[in-house]
Amino acid sequence: MVAVLSKRIIACLDVRDGNLAKSIKFVDTKDIGDPVSKAREYYEDGLDELVFYDITASSDARDIMLDVVEQVASQVYIPFSVGGGIRSVEDAHKLLWAGAEKINVNSAAVKRPELIAECAHAIGNQNTVLSMDILKATMSRELPSGYEVVINGGRTPTGVDALQWALRGEELGAGELVLNSIDADGTREGYDINLTRMISEAVSIPVIASGGAGKPEHLLEVLTQGKADAALVASMVHYGDYTISGLKAWLSEQGVKVRTRY
Amino acid sequence: MPVIVDYDAGNVRSVQRACQQVGLDATISADPEVVRAADKLIFPGVGSATSAIDTLADRGLDEAILAFYASGRPLLGICLGLQILLEHTEEGDKNCLGLVRGVCERFEFADRSIKVPHIGWNQLVIEKPHPMFADIRSGDEFYFVHSYYARPLDNSQVLGTTEYGDTNFCSVIGKDNLFATQFHLEKSGELGLKLLSGFARWSPC
Repeated sequence: MVAVLSKRIIACLDVRDGNLAKSIKFVDTKDIGDPVSKAREYYEDGLDELVFYDITASSDARDIMLDVVEQVASQVYIPFSVGGGIRSVEDAHKLLWAGAEKINVNSAAVKRPELIAECAHAIGNQNTVLSMDILKATMSRELPSGYEVVINGGRTPTGVDALQWALRGEELGAGELVLNSIDADGTREGYDINLTRMISEAVSIPVIASGGAGKPEHLLEVLTQGKADAALVASMVHYGDYTISGLKAWLSEQGVKVRTRY
Repeated sequence: MPVIVDYDAGNVRSVQRACQQVGLDATISADPEVVRAADKLIFPGVGSATSAIDTLADRGLDEAILAFYASGRPLLGICLGLQILLEHTEEGDKNCLGLVRGVCERFEFADRSIKVPHIGWNQLVIEKPHPMFADIRSGDEFYFVHSYYARPLDNSQVLGTTEYGDTNFCSVIGKDNLFATQFHLEKSGELGLKLLSGFARWSPC
């Protein structure tokens, strides 16, 4: 008998100028509330983890984000990670000091892969998450997996193959991977199962599926067929269509091991 | 005064906030004298053991922690703060404080679907009763983030275990006035806070 971990349900909060925002396919962003009170609400409802993405890239907004992190950390006692605009070990240290458990590197790591190794060395592999924005592409010699890594909020193609980047990230010391499917982001039509399964089977670090969750069935699908270790949710809970505890109770009924005592 | 040991191993402020929640007004300090004089000591930690052990030694905190333990006052180790209490860790092939006999080893699984690090929520099985477990039941889940695990030589010091892959590992160590958890009780929701609150009340005799 092999003991497996509970599958994690992670809520993703995009923060713009201190407000909770939500985009569709990474554009058309709307402000939809206060991230700190949302975080607390989900925490009380049995959420396993939180991810904050700072989607304001300007440097003066950086301090607003640190303030949000501080406030969340004093109200929420589950792990949370922060991503968006992390370019150096110093950025990572500031966020950890403010109370984040882990940091997510994304675009800056594509431009300068050593950033992953530097963060892993400074704050530990476990706390260094590689977040990848991924777009479907035509399979080619350069993109053998048929998926391409994009950067700068999904706007800039890189010519880097998603599967190869995932493996490279693991080798450089990332402790976890977040796979953001930009094709699926905000559509509520389901995760990219093919992408998630392909990468999850290839790496030996945990994989978090992101983008496209709209119904409980989507979570079930990505946590079983997609072989994800965790499923990220956003719109489906932010707008009140589903609750964290409701999702977990349903998944548990379907035989998925989730944390139900809290 | 309760003190949290600061040796640049990450999450001291998360621990401090959780302490505040349970009414423990703890100071963060890197000063060996403050550590020695604490009435309760919390030894947390996130990250790489290699640099952590060097930092502890550079600051004279290793000796201070051992002296604190010898005083009989309550000592709480968390995650890396548990691992460093053993004699040796495979991580960077480092000698540690040696307060608990045994070593730390890396998780190795033949089955690649069992991921390392062990990141996420997993169940604690209580092996031996302890006053700090007052509000905790076997099967309660806590948050883990680690690639190495402790193997204490003396089985009677294993208060709790957790199963991952085909490995049943020690997730709570107890020895006299020491209580140490591999999981992050400061990140384990309300159950973690209950355990921390148990530490606030604990007076080892």
